[in-house]
Amino acid sequence: MSTPSKPSPSFPLPLGEGQGEGTRPAMPVREITFGQAINEALAEEMRRDPRVFVIGEDVAEAGTPFKVLSGLVAEFGAQRVIDSPISEAGISGIGVGAAMTGMRPVVDIMFGDFITLTMDQLVNQAAKIHYMSGGKLKVPMVLRTTLGATRRSAAQHSQSLHAWVSHVPGLKVAVPATPYDAKGLLKSAIRDDNPVVFFEDKLMYQLKGPVPEGEYTIPLGVADVKRVGSDITLVATSSMVHVALAAAGALQASGVSAEVVDVRTTAPLDKETIIESAKKTSRAIIIDEGYERYGVTAEIASIIADGAFYYLDAPVRRMGAMDVPVPFSPVLEDQTVPTPESVAEMAKRMCNKQ
Amino acid sequence: MARPKSKSASKKPSPTLSRDQALHFYRQMLKIRLFEEQVNQLYLGAKMPGLAHLYIGQEAVAVGVCEALRRDDYITSTHRGHGHCLAKGASVDKMFAELLGKAPGYCRGKGGSMHIADQDTGNLGANAIVGGSAGIATGAAMSAKMRGSDQVAVCFFGEGALGQGLLYEVMNMASLWKLPVIYVCENNQYNEYTNYRETTAGEVGARAEAFGIHTETIEGQDVQLVHAKSLTLVERARRGEGPAFLHCNTYRFHGHHVGDVDRSYYRAKKEEEEWKSRRDPVKLLAEWLQKSEMADGKLLDQIANEITTHIKQAVDFALNAPYPDPNEVNQHVYA
Repeated sequence: MSTPSKPSPSFPLPLGEGQGEGTRPAMPVREITFGQAINEALAEEMRRDPRVFVIGEDVAEAGTPFKVLSGLVAEFGAQRVIDSPISEAGISGIGVGAAMTGMRPVVDIMFGDFITLTMDQLVNQAAKIHYMSGGKLKVPMVLRTTLGATRRSAAQHSQSLHAWVSHVPGLKVAVPATPYDAKGLLKSAIRDDNPVVFFEDKLMYQLKGPVPEGEYTIPLGVADVKRVGSDITLVATSSMVHVALAAAGALQASGVSAEVVDVRTTAPLDKETIIESAKKTSRAIIIDEGYERYGVTAEIASIIADGAFYYLDAPVRRMGAMDVPVPFSPVLEDQTVPTPESVAEMAKRMCNKQ
Repeated sequence: MARPKSKSASKKPSPTLSRDQALHFYRQMLKIRLFEEQVNQLYLGAKMPGLAHLYIGQEAVAVGVCEALRRDDYITSTHRGHGHCLAKGASVDKMFAELLGKAPGYCRGKGGSMHIADQDTGNLGANAIVGGSAGIATGAAMSAKMRGSDQVAVCFFGEGALGQGLLYEVMNMASLWKLPVIYVCENNQYNEYTNYRETTAGEVGARAEAFGIHTETIEGQDVQLVHAKSLTLVERARRGEGPAFLHCNTYRFHGHHVGDVDRSYYRAKKEEEEWKSRRDPVKLLAEWLQKSEMADGKLLDQIANEITTHIKQAVDFALNAPYPDPNEVNQHVYA
């Protein structure tokens, strides 16, 4: 694996403003990785609720290829950490049925690209069952998967397809950027009575950040201002939050004060925080690792155009992944995603600092 | 077929069902038949929005299987699902109300004909994606096993679903993990407008057998046979002995949906007539009841009249019921 082009996040990572209703008592904080945060969230929820179980390919002894689930099978046994055949549609469907009948499954789909194989179960079944049954049936299922390019994994293991599921009413979608958010959001997702698709950037699993030792949750649908600024708003998702933070750091040297808003969940989307920030700064760039066309950036740009039009000093700009299948060769792949440099350059142009 | 041929018609057949049971089965099957005929009338009279897929001709499968289940056992159903809902215990008034998109319907009018669900009778829902519920039924069986509830799940699907990969993915897991699920393949001979032999290679049962799943192929027009087999398979699953595949040969008397009236391009009138005259499951049970001296023509007429009245009342209820409040359109998107 070549060195990824995404920046190493600056330390310490912000803990989050915690504007939501999540529980966050004062408690000792230590640094753990994003992967450990996911592991802790699962372990804590499995201890707390016997209905929670994990099913997926190589989730037990292997602990997934990313080793995120290491140790869970030792504590909870093969009845609750279940190695499945390579059958993404099948395990998603089983997850839906188990969720409808009293369990709280966490379905592990190794690469986000493979959600294509789960689509009927997610889109036609999980998302619609509560509505179609007039509110009688519920699908409290979490489908964990990954996103993110620059891992040199080529076109079928590198996509960020969170916009696809964010499009579908009935699904909730989380795109956490820090270990702290990942843990708190995953715990909320598992406790939620709706199907939640939870995207983890593969390149963030080793990312370290402060996480309290004790119990806390973060509500779905509450954005977090990761950096306060006054000249321009950088709205970002998942790993692009770190790109935005690195860009904001560079912009400071050029006399541009950038605010970074991490949406944390694309569905529900905290429109209010996004609009308020854009009104305050009068400029906005949306940064997301999904394909740019018809994507998350378009949705958020339109929300800002609707909600902050009279406050804007520049057109809202979008920076998504290039509209090409993700190429293998590093010199090609690195061009396809936003970088701190490209974001900073765009921001300076919008602020007339060039 | 297990029933006596004309030669032995004078001989009284040996009963496998008690009189009460047999009459209850008859009532259930006739209720489905008359319900569906009424659905067709509502369509023809332009009183029902959309379409419906009638279950007429297949009643012995739904009733035979569901009568082998407990109320808390699960079923998943198909786009041709009215029979399964009724056989599992749904009430006709809320069914009609749902079909008409009315507020007292099972899903408050949000589901319609193809999405009726009723958790009170273990019905996890009809499904308009062919084969779409195979995962749900298998997951319900897995959940039952994990919770130690000794519930069983039945997945009803037509032979058209044999073309869907999901079925094979979940049958594999059901067999590996000995899940209490019964896959009931209702082979009504037609994938919509195409004979299944044009779409299905090899033998149907062999597909399930390949996963090591206990498989039976039976005449699906004989409710007693369907019921007896189902009882065995359900009890087997309940004991933890794993999944089963029950392949029932049956026939869809009407078209793919209520509007499919001219069918000559895909199946012969003669074939339809043959099934209707010789292999009508309701008629076969009525004949058996009479031969067994459990019922005479008068009693059967009386039962038919009772059900007809009951259905008429239910239709009136549905026609007079209010539509849902327009504000409900964005309710129940999220729990």
